[in-house]
Amino acid sequence: MRVRISRKKLRDEVIARIEEISGEQISKCFQCGKCSAGCPSVDSMDILPNQIIRLLQIGEKDEVLASRTIWVCDSCFTCESRCPKGIDVAKVMEAARQIILRANVDKVKPYEIDEKTFEGLPQAGIVSCLRKFTG
Amino acid sequence: MKIAYYPGCTLKTTGTGLEMSAIAAAKALGLELVELERWNCCGTVHSLANDNIINNLAAVRNLIRAKESGYDRFVTLCSICYNTQKSVNNIIRNDEEKKGKINSFMYEEPDYEGDVAVLHLLEAIRDEVGFGNMAEKISKPLSSLKIAPYYGCLLLRPKEIALDSQENPTIMEELLSATGAQVVDDPYKTECCGTYHTVVDVDLVVEHAYRILSSAVKRGADAISTTCPLCHFNLDRRQKEVGKRYGDFKPIPVFYFTQLLCIALGLGEEPCNFELHYVDPRSLLAEKHLL
Repeated sequence: MRVRISRKKLRDEVIARIEEISGEQISKCFQCGKCSAGCPSVDSMDILPNQIIRLLQIGEKDEVLASRTIWVCDSCFTCESRCPKGIDVAKVMEAARQIILRANVDKVKPYEIDEKTFEGLPQAGIVSCLRKFTG
Repeated sequence: MKIAYYPGCTLKTTGTGLEMSAIAAAKALGLELVELERWNCCGTVHSLANDNIINNLAAVRNLIRAKESGYDRFVTLCSICYNTQKSVNNIIRNDEEKKGKINSFMYEEPDYEGDVAVLHLLEAIRDEVGFGNMAEKISKPLSSLKIAPYYGCLLLRPKEIALDSQENPTIMEELLSATGAQVVDDPYKTECCGTYHTVVDVDLVVEHAYRILSSAVKRGADAISTTCPLCHFNLDRRQKEVGKRYGDFKPIPVFYFTQLLCIALGLGEEPCNFELHYVDPRSLLAEKHLL
């Protein structure tokens, strides 16, 4: 894939916002890939966690925000515990989700979920799900 | 010895097997879990957004309630509550600016300074009772049972809240060994169960559960031991969907570690609420002459 890198893209406001919300410095990543190697959910992701960080480094925010990956990540922190540069990738994923949710776009619409779905589910699961997927 | 106890919501509904067995087992070990008089939901998942202060308030209120009642620590049973309460406590202890904002926002409450410690019952048993002393109280050793411990994520990650080694924790192994059980070493013991995806993406959870459960089965475990009501739901209840997708899948009972303790301490099945399990562990326990 050909990617055109420009100064404008690198100074993208949304990416600066992701760094601000996550408190993580994305440029520290040197692409060792340990986050993706340890992630238990990569099978369900369309972009690997280390690729998400790389895309943000080169200013490609649109691909990140449109990815399935940021929603599949459920903050198990395996990446965080193994990153040799001390980047908390789970926080970066959360920040990317927040960019979307704060624009008042809910990923999961509670009123569209069939009531039967909730039967027998632990509250901890329901509340966590709605906290992660709604703004 | 009395110790304050914060239950959280799920232990009052689908997780009653964990709560009741924990209270009974702790009592038999000399630890009286005294439920906080007032408490609220901890907020479940801890917010990872740096600028999200508001989501910390629920957990801070619980810590204030504990302090008001004269406690300097409280015990949790649910891994999610443990993680959230401890993460928020760490923010109060280490981030002056956020502490200031939280305290001034909650002007109707006394200021909270981070002086209540958050413990998990595993730690309380290790530190207050000691696994050696616990072993002496075992009247029905689980020596015929092969158990694979399962920690999941939230007792171990992120780094600041880990109650044991992140890559190879052994606290549950030590506890289970003290009950006489044979501990099965399982590399999937710290792998995520799929957590809240169970509400909207069952397929994803089925894949996680299948990997974790079949690894334990392959290594000869008779059962799995866990600490969290959401992990328990995903590993036990979701076996229905796992069985539908994988024809060769062999169901395996999933215990809360406290239920195993109750059996080993001779308290019987009464405090365990095994009827809430999808894979009923009673046939296994009967087969091993433990009921």
